[in-house]
Amino acid sequence: MLYFMLRNAKLRIGVAVVLIFVVLALVGPLLTKYQPRDYVSPGVQPPSSEFWFGTTSFGEDVFTQFVYGLRSTFIIGIIGGGIGTLIGIFIGFISGYRGGIVDEILNMFTNIVLVIPSLVVLLIIAAYLEVRGFLFESLFIGFFAWPWAARAVRAQTFSLRSRDFVDLARMSGMKPLKIIIKEIAPNMMSYLLLVYILQFGGAVLTAATLDFIGLGPTNGISLGLMMNYAVIHGALILGMWWWFIPPGLAITAIVGALYVTNVGLDEVFNPKLREM
Amino acid sequence: MSLQVENLTVYYQTLRGDVHALESTTFGIADGEIMGLAGESGCGKTTLGQGLILLKPPMKLIKGSVTLDNEELPIWDTERMNNFRFKKISIIPQYAMNAMNPTRKIGKMTAELLKSRNVNFKAILSELKRRLDLVKLSYDVLNMYPIELSGGMKQRMVMVLSTILNPSLLIADEITSALDVSSQKAVAEMLVEFRDQGYCKSMIVITHDISILYQIADSILIMYAGQLAEKASNDVIISAPRHPYTKMLISTLPEVGVRHAEKRLAGIPGGPPLLLNPPIGCRFRERCPVAFEKCLEKPPLIEIEKNHFVACWKVGD
Amino acid sequence: MLNFDGVSKIYKVGTFGGRKLLAVNNVSFDVKDGEVVSLIGESGSGKTTIGKMILHLISISSGTIRLNGVDVSSLKGRALKDYYRNVQGVFQDPFSSYNPIFKADRIFKIIREEFFPEIDNREWNKKIDSSLRAVGLNPDEVLNKFPHQLSGGQLQRFLITRALLLDAQFLVADEIISMLDASTRIDVLNLLAELKSRGLSILFITHDLSLGYYISERAVILYRGCVVEMGSTEQIYHHPLHPYTKMLMASIPRLDKKWERKEAEMKLKAKHHSELPSGCVYYERCPVPGKDRDCHKPSTLIEAENGHFVACWHY
Repeated sequence: MLYFMLRNAKLRIGVAVVLIFVVLALVGPLLTKYQPRDYVSPGVQPPSSEFWFGTTSFGEDVFTQFVYGLRSTFIIGIIGGGIGTLIGIFIGFISGYRGGIVDEILNMFTNIVLVIPSLVVLLIIAAYLEVRGFLFESLFIGFFAWPWAARAVRAQTFSLRSRDFVDLARMSGMKPLKIIIKEIAPNMMSYLLLVYILQFGGAVLTAATLDFIGLGPTNGISLGLMMNYAVIHGALILGMWWWFIPPGLAITAIVGALYVTNVGLDEVFNPKLREM
Repeated sequence: MSLQVENLTVYYQTLRGDVHALESTTFGIADGEIMGLAGESGCGKTTLGQGLILLKPPMKLIKGSVTLDNEELPIWDTERMNNFRFKKISIIPQYAMNAMNPTRKIGKMTAELLKSRNVNFKAILSELKRRLDLVKLSYDVLNMYPIELSGGMKQRMVMVLSTILNPSLLIADEITSALDVSSQKAVAEMLVEFRDQGYCKSMIVITHDISILYQIADSILIMYAGQLAEKASNDVIISAPRHPYTKMLISTLPEVGVRHAEKRLAGIPGGPPLLLNPPIGCRFRERCPVAFEKCLEKPPLIEIEKNHFVACWKVGD
Repeated sequence: MLNFDGVSKIYKVGTFGGRKLLAVNNVSFDVKDGEVVSLIGESGSGKTTIGKMILHLISISSGTIRLNGVDVSSLKGRALKDYYRNVQGVFQDPFSSYNPIFKADRIFKIIREEFFPEIDNREWNKKIDSSLRAVGLNPDEVLNKFPHQLSGGQLQRFLITRALLLDAQFLVADEIISMLDASTRIDVLNLLAELKSRGLSILFITHDLSLGYYISERAVILYRGCVVEMGSTEQIYHHPLHPYTKMLMASIPRLDKKWERKEAEMKLKAKHHSELPSGCVYYERCPVPGKDRDCHKPSTLIEAENGHFVACWHY
């Protein structure tokens, strides 16, 4: 298994790209002595040896914002993606295992959450909540992203449920919860990992989008927020590419790499997809 | 028609090496003969059947030739084989009945199939109807979707389709395995009927169920682990087999109508060898009760009496 | 030992469960101690459903199941677990019965955790060892291996071992050898016969009549969820009375005689619809003359001779 993982080109590239940004997020803030919102020098300066990514209209160091923003983006991905995955797994397992009326009800619930226009809900909430933090954003994303995970987990559980070894476990006196945890879930570990990676990527992208249109946290900094400020404060007109291109590129690279990793992992876990 | 297979050797390419699925098989089929091809799983019967008509990767032809009606079949060249498929040699693949496109009405599917062979659907419609009558399917079938038919009906439909252009050789791969007992008999008897009516000249019926072959086949070819063991008429194989494997195999079958209390049947201990690195010589020797040193050399298939071929050193001396 | 009394299973199908599908229709039979009963039927006959109902994998819609006189039709919790000490099953596909990511002998560990939590290692290993030998397996060859490293025959025997570990008295064998090779089939069959002689009762579910003839004392023939004939194996095989049974017997490919080529117009199956005819269940395909007169009323089991029951007005 490990052998195939190391040999798969998509996996190597994807993981490498993500790791670069992770390292940057961890190490970056140590490389800079400023805070994201510090005034460091007169604004609108292109990248130079002193300020690697230049400065914003307000004289903040873009590089500092970038590395702190990376951290926030990753945290949202982990928490938001994690919440989405957990809820999805919970509902998916129950739905897939029980079937029948329980499945119908949960399915209906899943579909309802799926069609609720999350943007509209967020707009309404934003109108009431004047101060919003990253935790709120993660929770929000998680609560609206889980239906995809639930569907995937439900489908897999359904197919595993009908296998004879589940019947055999029932005939051994195992309780349903124990069967799900000990028989079905281990068979789906690779699948669950893939689900999480997708949720992670989705959360990062959603967060960036929300931040960009101004529905993000009201304090702190993230890549999406950077792009938001850049556009609002005229970066496009003034040609300050160093302000919005790094965060945009970073988001694209991270999410893209995650999806590529996903495909690669799928090939590793599913031998039929491997090229001979 | 006549079929002559010489030294056909086919391997499967896998990540771990070549699987020696078929080793130097040589045999012939006469005009009008229904030959049953039987053996347990992994013996190579499906490889042989498929190799004759569609040898595609991961199958790889190592050596051997196939001659049908005095014309060599270019089995290594899938493009050139297109001219032969359906017209001279045809196959009813395993699970064919499940392979019909569920979104196409059967009539439409038939028309498309024929068009790809440059045959006009309307021109053979009357012939098609005659054959549907023979297999006791009503013409309405052409207007139905596959899901509306039962297993036996689908199988009969596929049989009609595979033989509509009167091929010389028909290969039927496990066509009765997924059917109920009552449908099995009907389908098996139809095969014979097809041959009697001239819809095809000869047949290779591949199955693991020897008792069906006893009922409908003229001769039976027993394979083991990629090698041929014995070929003889169906009566001889059942009542007087000579190859040790055939003898043991026949005696494991409860279809002789015995009860456990009266007579204990015995299995064959051990299991077939893995074909990644097959044993040299006769592949049955590890399980064979009469194996001796010469069995390290592969015994050739020799004709010990008329139309009775055995590949065993202990037989025929 | 096991008594099946008037059991039916109704499925609700269609959107919102509008239509009813009668999978098992008022089936009654029993299996005595140390007896093998063959439950024979084609696809759609309901035989697997019956097996699963006995194993409590599917619930019963109506009727009663009794084990040694005790009503076990619906069990939960502790009672269900105790039931599984007595009744176990083996299924058709040996590879599907194992969780592919774990080793095969994990099924023994599960049994130990659930049923023998306090047993000590030495005693447990002895138990496993003797049970494995009882089914003809060599413990050194089969323990500690993954399912894909073992053969179909070994896997099925493993499952039988599991039932023996629980000291089960009743085994539901649902087509357990149909996916095995001819040379291993007979070994597993012989094993079942041997276990029977040691007191195990077996419900042998199969579509292959030759196997039923080889191993069972009594046979029950099912058609579309109803019992059409029931009796000792000798009676059923040598003088079948129901038209369906006669048709089945005539269709078996045998090695000792050829099929009769007489054109007895055997009506072939069309696609089944879920509604059962209101009269005799075999009405559509029945070749018996005179059926239009009498067979509009549903048939019930009539005792034709000692222990031999037929559901036909015209036998």
